[in-house]
Amino acid sequence: MNQRRSFFVLTMMVFGFAFLYIPILSLIVYSFNESRLVTVWGGFSTKWYVALLHNEPVKQAAWLSFRIATMNATGATILGTLAGLALARFGRFRSRSLLAGLTTAPLVMPEVITGLSMLLLFVAMEQVFHWPDGRGITTITIAHITFSMAYVTVVVQSRLATLDESLEEAALDLGARPAKVFFLITLPIIMPAILAGWLLAFTLSWDDLVITSFVNGPGSSTLPVLIFSKMRLGVSPDINALATVLVLIVTVGIVAAGLLMARQQKRRDLDVQQAVAGNQ
Amino acid sequence: MAILGFLESGGGHAVSRNAREVGDSSPFVLTGLMAWIKALGPYRWASNRLRDRGMSGRTAVISVPYLWLLLFFLVPFLIVLKISFSDIRLGMPPYEPFVTWASAHVMDLKFNFGNYAFLWEDALYRNAYANSIMTAGFSTILCLLIGYPMAYGIARSKPSWRNLLLLLVMLPFWTSFLLRVYAWIGILKNNGLINNLLMSMGVIDEPIVMLQTNFAVYLGIVYSYLPFMVLPLYTAIEKLDLTLLEAAADLGCRPTKAFFKITIPLTKGGIVAGSMLVFIPAVGEFVIPALLGGPGSLMIGRVLWEEFFNNRSWPIASAVAIAMLILLVFPIWILQRVQGREMGAHR
Repeated sequence: MNQRRSFFVLTMMVFGFAFLYIPILSLIVYSFNESRLVTVWGGFSTKWYVALLHNEPVKQAAWLSFRIATMNATGATILGTLAGLALARFGRFRSRSLLAGLTTAPLVMPEVITGLSMLLLFVAMEQVFHWPDGRGITTITIAHITFSMAYVTVVVQSRLATLDESLEEAALDLGARPAKVFFLITLPIIMPAILAGWLLAFTLSWDDLVITSFVNGPGSSTLPVLIFSKMRLGVSPDINALATVLVLIVTVGIVAAGLLMARQQKRRDLDVQQAVAGNQ
Repeated sequence: MAILGFLESGGGHAVSRNAREVGDSSPFVLTGLMAWIKALGPYRWASNRLRDRGMSGRTAVISVPYLWLLLFFLVPFLIVLKISFSDIRLGMPPYEPFVTWASAHVMDLKFNFGNYAFLWEDALYRNAYANSIMTAGFSTILCLLIGYPMAYGIARSKPSWRNLLLLLVMLPFWTSFLLRVYAWIGILKNNGLINNLLMSMGVIDEPIVMLQTNFAVYLGIVYSYLPFMVLPLYTAIEKLDLTLLEAAADLGCRPTKAFFKITIPLTKGGIVAGSMLVFIPAVGEFVIPALLGGPGSLMIGRVLWEEFFNNRSWPIASAVAIAMLILLVFPIWILQRVQGREMGAHR
């Protein structure tokens, strides 16, 4: 690397990262503020966390969000993996480009459009088929799966695109059936990507406000819906406390997942090295 | 998963309703019904044809996500299109049916362009439209100006640093979007972080009004979508062949000129992809203008939301959605082309 980073690039990097992290840090710092006025420092206190522990609506909403996010992540991972497999491994099939378009469109589609269209579908289906019966956890989960499976598809597809096909071809040549090849060879290799996709789908669902607002019903307020209705009344320190808890959980989760995957990768690399060494 | 059960039953509407009514009371009847469906001509024909082609497993892998997306992503758009041509009425659902049966065999189709005419004539919607495009476009340019040097810096870091820096770019994306936008309220408001800091230093006497302005909306969009800009740029810059730059330097080209003549053109794919990934969702953004913008910063996403939730006029909201979609078709097409090329280059 003979081209050194210039002073300008370095400054922009520092500025960029500060820009990304200062708001999150300020959120955390003010959550320990004694004062009810969020931005006037009134001394250190953890009372907003205590208040949070006793806030029943928040706990109920968090539990609902957790259940929806888990179901969504599982459904989206299954569907997204199938779509990724089809797009990366099946070559050209009829209407492949339509499938490719359908899997990338939800990634960029403005959420208000997706939300509105899903709601209108559910209303129309209820009129014609009498299902789904009203709106709630089922409709939210279906809507979430539809937009988050696109992310899983992209992750799985790009992992498969970089994967050497010769392993799978060798197994097929030796007479293994395609399904067996998938479960014994492809799946274990792309497992880290699938796990990453699951986590991504989980967080997308856990954070979603706009689509959920369209397809939820009375009594099915997820955590973001609840937080947003509180925000409309103005800033309040208990939102900061809640935000800090959520940021902390995500950070710990991501770092743990990252470390785990790095360790597995290292072990696999070691195995490969030993195998190569053993052959020589 | 119930929906898959419905699809398996052949798609016939009368059949599925039968299955519901009878099946709920007695699973035995349902099993019998399934056997009956399997004995039906179309089912046997379809499964035999699939088996003849020797690709039943393959077809299943393709068709499950395919059917899901058709039913829950494509069909909804057709419904939105349909309702955008309907009249508003009181009641639930608040729109006139699109298809009415004049008699048993005469179908009466109604196209009503009134909603679109209404959008076109009302200055509020035109302004919201223009304002969305301008806000999204301006924020995209800002994002590119901040994101390019960052991506460049990361791509030129030591390999051991690169993954950590990339993780730092992505980490905010994993934490709640809503809460990160909310954090800016505390920073920008009149007695917020910035104003308190400036006033205590004696730089200003009166707080600067920043919250509920267009500035706050730009800031919010740039902040929220910066990772979407940095990641494709990083991928493009990282792939760049450095020997080209060396050759240019050997031939006496100055670094700045080499940057504009070589680096920028060769990373064009990343620039286009990043810009579209920011622009498209920013046009329809609702949360950021709702929380950080003032009454003047109307954007179509917010107009759609208010038409739907406050005015409860579903046909107008649908017409707004279709109008927004028409605006976004071209950027989405560009994005898919760029991404298709990237995927193609990968293999």
